[in-house]
Amino acid sequence: MPEPLLQVNDLKVHFPTDDGLVKAVDGISLQVMPGETLGVVGESGSGKSVSFLTVMGLITSKQAIIEGEVIFKGQDLLQVPPDEMRHVRGEKISMIFQDPMTSLHPFYKVGAQVGEAIRAHQKVSKKEAFDQAVEMLQRVGIPKPEERAAQYPHEFSGGMRQRAMIAMALSLNPDLLIADEPTTALDVTVQAQILDLIDRLREEFNASIVIITHDLGVVAEHCDHLQVMYAGKIVETGTADDIYYRPHHPYAWGLLGSITRLDEAQKERLRPIKGLPPSLIFVPPGCAFHPRCPYAFDKCKVDVPELLPVDGQHAAACHLPLADKQRIFAEEVAAR
Amino acid sequence: MSVSVTEPSTAPTEQARTPLVKLIGVKKYFPITQGIIFQKKIGNVHAVDGVDLEVYPGETVGLVGETGCGKSTLARVIMRLYDATDGQILFDGQDITKAKGRELRVIRRNMQMIFQDPFASLNPRRTVGSIISEPFRLHKTTPKGGIKAEVQQLMELVGLTPEHYNRYPHEFSGGQRQRIGVARSLALRPRLIVCDEPVSALDVSIQAQILNLLEDLQEEFNLTYLFIAHDLSVVKHVSDRVAVMYLGKIVELASGVTLYQNPKHPYTGALLSAVPIPDPNLAARKKRIILEGDVPSPIDPPSGCRFHPRCPNAQFPICKEEEPQLEPQRPGQVVACHFPLPDRAIMEEGAEAPAG
Repeated sequence: MPEPLLQVNDLKVHFPTDDGLVKAVDGISLQVMPGETLGVVGESGSGKSVSFLTVMGLITSKQAIIEGEVIFKGQDLLQVPPDEMRHVRGEKISMIFQDPMTSLHPFYKVGAQVGEAIRAHQKVSKKEAFDQAVEMLQRVGIPKPEERAAQYPHEFSGGMRQRAMIAMALSLNPDLLIADEPTTALDVTVQAQILDLIDRLREEFNASIVIITHDLGVVAEHCDHLQVMYAGKIVETGTADDIYYRPHHPYAWGLLGSITRLDEAQKERLRPIKGLPPSLIFVPPGCAFHPRCPYAFDKCKVDVPELLPVDGQHAAACHLPLADKQRIFAEEVAAR
Repeated sequence: MSVSVTEPSTAPTEQARTPLVKLIGVKKYFPITQGIIFQKKIGNVHAVDGVDLEVYPGETVGLVGETGCGKSTLARVIMRLYDATDGQILFDGQDITKAKGRELRVIRRNMQMIFQDPFASLNPRRTVGSIISEPFRLHKTTPKGGIKAEVQQLMELVGLTPEHYNRYPHEFSGGQRQRIGVARSLALRPRLIVCDEPVSALDVSIQAQILNLLEDLQEEFNLTYLFIAHDLSVVKHVSDRVAVMYLGKIVELASGVTLYQNPKHPYTGALLSAVPIPDPNLAARKKRIILEGDVPSPIDPPSGCRFHPRCPNAQFPICKEEEPQLEPQRPGQVVACHFPLPDRAIMEEGAEAPAG
């Protein structure tokens, strides 16, 4: 078995606030293998973005109480001093953000912004950096890259801006690309273009990719492995097939039941998860999902379920006995 | 359910019903001007460019298309928030295209709107109670039992706690705010509700709650919806019929299931193939049409078929020179294309059976 590129061990990120301790990430472990695509799925406030901002070193011990290990290529990133971290960030790990409208600087030309990323890490002249930026823009599928590089972000459409962001993120050939909701603000047609581009670039640049999203549909076609997060914890993990065809956690069932499916032959009623995600200051005792879970029993209110392996890489954190899970899933979720 | 508009022959019983909303050749152009004192018109944004559509009482018509295709403009023209440049809007048989003043206010009572962004569509300085009761004040009516009782009843109806009457919008989550918007739109018991991307700003699990709520309310109050979204799977789920819009025109209109199984317009096919399917095996069996580039500028729309520069099946010169008209393909499906797709162009036969 090859070494994982990124190994996160029992990571906790807690923010002290006036109202109490916000347990945004509460003990997650995961790994990303070289060349694979990992999908991280969860609702707003489940801690998926915070985990990876911490991996990137964008949340530090100045803002939060961080525990655990983030091992990237044998090195614990949480122990790396900030000025060395600047070399890791961008060169080895880079990130694409959700909102392409606000993540580019409106006063600078797109080519200069992509070039800036190159100049921050390599000793090249502005001219050379600009030429490299043009080449990157071409590789991410921007037509007429020379003209486009000399334009400002407002002259780009949403999809084009996201492409420019991807060009910037890949300009230093990183080993790991983290895409935080890369398509949420975009039209479905553009979303398909961007996801295809990320897939193609994974092969071309031989990078590993993490896609963070709230939409299980988005990751079905593009991810090898999935992690489902809820209230700062991983509640289920497995291959894409495990999560879509044999999910074991009621939260995963709820997510699947919430999606409007194009392939339904007749109109069927959606089965949303009742209620709202909990406050991360007062996380419910026991299983954090129990107040919204239709199958919760007494044990769920007291004991925190552990992430236990089901088979292979498939693991779920739920107290329900396996036979009950299989029966409920077959009868109530898959039958729809 | 209901049968297509431009197909008079198919269902005489449907014809007997009057449509609640009827659009005839509706156009909306926004002028582009140059100069400050002597403004001169240098062009037009052709936001909506000749739309015919009928919406029957009690049905849900979906309107789907990419950003900039004119779907929100069309909604606003129907609501009379914009004046149509050309064409006619009939509401319950009455021509409202030129209605103003008191006449318009009476019509507006029967049509309400739910907006996309629950964060921007509620006044942050007003309490929820005052937001939901605004329509009563505007229309100078008092419901039976008083305004407060009615508002609390509305809040309960949409799944909010009536005791939260005096809270402010910032105290609610996105999904709850959208419920406030729904309650406000229901206050006057309208007949038509125009939903402009009502769930696209919400998490999937919350989306499902709101979609179910809209369905329940439709049944309870016999509402008619015009449902606008860019996500075909959401539109297909809620709608009886779906109209696909591209650059200000309707290019295809059919029931959701027909669109999914047998899309005829290549643009519909492309939209369909772009929608993510939460099922890895099914997704792998889907044929892909990935569109290149973005929607062209509506200032100077392409000649002939507006989709021809991005269309994988375009044949020249006909697609570039001759504009296709909406023509029936099968009962309940009309398409504007010179070379419609064959049946089952995107999803294989049997692909709609739930897998797994």
